[in-house]
Amino acid sequence: MAAGALPRDLEVHGLAAWVRARPLVVGLAAAAILLLTLVLGVGLGSVRIGPTETIAVILSRTFGLDIGVTWTPATEAIVWELRLPRVLTAMLIGCGLAVAGATFQGLLRNPLADPYVLGTASGAAVGAAIAVLLPIQLVLVEFGLLHGLAFIGALGSAWLVFRLGGKGGAGGLTRLLLTGYAVGSVLAAVLTMAMYVSGVELRQIFSFLLGGLGGSSWLRLLVAAPLILASSLLIMTRGRSLDGMLLGDAAARHLGVDVGRERTILLALASMATAAAVAISGLIGFVGLVVPHVVRLLVGPAAHRVLPISAVAGAALLSAADLGARLVGDVPVGVVMALLGAPFFLVLLHRSRSGYEL
Amino acid sequence: MTAIASTAGPIMAARGVTVGYGGRTVVADAELHIAAGERVALVGPNGAGKSSLLRALTGVLTPRVGEVDLRGQPVERVDRRTLARTVAVVPEVADLPFAMPVEEVVALGRLPHEPPLTGLRPADEAAIDGAIERVGITHLRGRDVRELSMGERQLVFIAVAVAQAAPILVLDEPTAHLDIRHQVDVMELLVELNERDGTTVIAVLHDLALAAHFFPRVVVLAAGRIVADGPPAQTLDAQRIREVFRVDPALVRLPLGAD
Repeated sequence: MAAGALPRDLEVHGLAAWVRARPLVVGLAAAAILLLTLVLGVGLGSVRIGPTETIAVILSRTFGLDIGVTWTPATEAIVWELRLPRVLTAMLIGCGLAVAGATFQGLLRNPLADPYVLGTASGAAVGAAIAVLLPIQLVLVEFGLLHGLAFIGALGSAWLVFRLGGKGGAGGLTRLLLTGYAVGSVLAAVLTMAMYVSGVELRQIFSFLLGGLGGSSWLRLLVAAPLILASSLLIMTRGRSLDGMLLGDAAARHLGVDVGRERTILLALASMATAAAVAISGLIGFVGLVVPHVVRLLVGPAAHRVLPISAVAGAALLSAADLGARLVGDVPVGVVMALLGAPFFLVLLHRSRSGYEL
Repeated sequence: MTAIASTAGPIMAARGVTVGYGGRTVVADAELHIAAGERVALVGPNGAGKSSLLRALTGVLTPRVGEVDLRGQPVERVDRRTLARTVAVVPEVADLPFAMPVEEVVALGRLPHEPPLTGLRPADEAAIDGAIERVGITHLRGRDVRELSMGERQLVFIAVAVAQAAPILVLDEPTAHLDIRHQVDVMELLVELNERDGTTVIAVLHDLALAAHFFPRVVVLAAGRIVADGPPAQTLDAQRIREVFRVDPALVRLPLGAD
């Protein structure tokens, strides 16, 4: 095979290999894009604010730093009260969903897994629908019943799926996935029924299903941020267990990984990040499924590279998509992401046939 | 690294071990003592209980009766990381969910050694390179494990266990997918790990010729019981081959005269 291998290896050891050997470059590039989307996301909109003013306001409000640029109070209100919380929320949600997606894909050894495999999406949607349909309007400083019930619904369905299907053993992963599908189906039926009887409230339920960042505020951000960031960081500290489980349960056990315990902890953390994200932004797809794949394509499958780079790349992608969504007149962010992101992903998939495949 | 056995007793011992699944008993009353530095082959027909005995020995399966000792300590009381540093088990050839280069798969053998947060140290990198070289898969570096042949993948998974650098190495049919040249290579590697590094080697083998030629001690299982245990000249004689494997011994030419 030595003769046949040469041209192929040359092909593989091109740009793709150069990038794979330098995960830091990928991480820095993602971070640069993240910063760019921060400045653009805050600056662009119905009122355009220049990058220097944007940076000046942010620096002044966060660090009390004066860089000798002046701005009007209206500018400050737009930057600080409206756009910055929205951009940061987009980044937070993107980060949480991408990390959760990478975790579920690794844990379940399944490239098709996304943050919603444990029925989280349907659970959250049913929670939100119940909140919409209940005749009481309970709003406690910006947090409505909807956010609370969506969070509880998401965590509840993940818990139920794990209790029913997480026994492990031979074929354990398949059982967990199928249980997630079955529980999700029941919840989806409940959701459909709720939508059927909802009447005028249908639009509210529907907008939760589409997901969106229109309702972002500092308070919501500050409540969700600790949950998402702490879960993501704790997942990253267990990255090597995740790597070991790629070889299968038996092999991981022989490598000293307490498979049952690690799987429970990682599923719980990833579900927590997902539930917190869903509660404040509704159902946003695509990020959690695709970002980890793109990152793996660039830097390989090791968790200590995939998880942090997915976090940054997910944040950058969702904030960029939300910027696009706002600019074309506040269409749902999921629509923009799928319309622009999916073709890009298809191109990447097509090209990757010559190098590392997914 | 954990210290070499301090006691003179066996490094690994099954004492009256009975293993079963559901209502079925697959290993009955097995008594197997293995001293540090031994090289032991387990042979027997399909369904004789070889793999189940290995599972009990490596702490995956808890025996119904009897116990397994690792360095004089019940194996279920050894914590996972220590167990993984003491016993390396060649994993069965698994399908990987994602593309993964050979050297990153081999690197997983260092999991029980490396600090969990900071990752591989230079010593770990050296162990990985050493394992890749000794198993003879240097030419496969950088290749995606999923596109290798079954035999090549088997070598990669053997390298994982070699990188684990444990004093006991356990293999379940390590040569199942290999051509004859690579079968002999793997056997020679096992001999070298055993004689040069002092690794205790326990392997389930189907090929009686390989077992007889490369292993000074052969344990024969039949229907869940150990029916013979000793040098191959005694345990693999013509009559036992006829009784246990139900084949004409003339079909199995064993290199017994050479030893």
